[in-house]
Amino acid sequence: MAGIDNALGISPQVLAIRAQRMNLLSANIANADTPNYKAQDVDFASAMRTATNAREPMTARHERHFAIGNEAAAANVQYRSPDQLSLNGNTVEPHKEHAAFMDNAMRYQVSLNLLDSRIKGLRAAIRGE
Amino acid sequence: MSLFDSMTIASTALSAQTTRLNTIASNMANANTVSSTAADAYRARYPVFSAVLEDVGGDGSKLGVKVDSIVEAGGEPRQEFNPTHPLADENGFIYRPDIDTATEMANMMSAARSFQNAIETINTAKQLALRTLTLGK
Repeated sequence: MAGIDNALGISPQVLAIRAQRMNLLSANIANADTPNYKAQDVDFASAMRTATNAREPMTARHERHFAIGNEAAAANVQYRSPDQLSLNGNTVEPHKEHAAFMDNAMRYQVSLNLLDSRIKGLRAAIRGE
Repeated sequence: MSLFDSMTIASTALSAQTTRLNTIASNMANANTVSSTAADAYRARYPVFSAVLEDVGGDGSKLGVKVDSIVEAGGEPRQEFNPTHPLADENGFIYRPDIDTATEMANMMSAARSFQNAIETINTAKQLALRTLTLGK
């Protein structure tokens, strides 16, 4: 298993962090009208560092274990500082959240494509075609 | 699967904004409701949203927004002298709710936009989930 994990490279971790970030961004968009809600985001660079520094691939062997990737993203959640404060204490700026959401979706697809071609490459190598 | 959580979060926004649209519809519908006493007069209703943050940074399945309560807000009902009105009290006054239609309309547009945003989020999450499912094919 470790062999295949290595062959797939870093893309699975990236996908997990991107998916986690997507949840936070959709929560921000969902709470665009909630008084006193503070927008959050994942610090991607440090989340990646946390994920890649894990000595071995994480597996959930216990019910209280986190699934792979979540820990990295969870440890690096931060609050956004808004350009303009709104009167009701909400720090969601919809245009920024949208841009970040779309950006995140695109990058998710990039990782998906990379992973896809890795899998295809592996398959070709296994079959010897 | 995290991408489905994204859809769940966005759907909480859909429910919340629907409640908001319903209260706005109720406010607009009752803008011209007349009553005999100030206490009976219709008052504008607004939902109070609050964020669901039980599980910050965990698996993200419990994020979202919920309607905390629906409060009766807005100013005192407007007193109007109209002795010929069938609902006038003994002094000839009727009471109309203090509802500003322009404010309600602006509120409605804001709610509709937020609803659209949530739908957009669900669509993107759906596309990504579908693409993830076809990984390696």
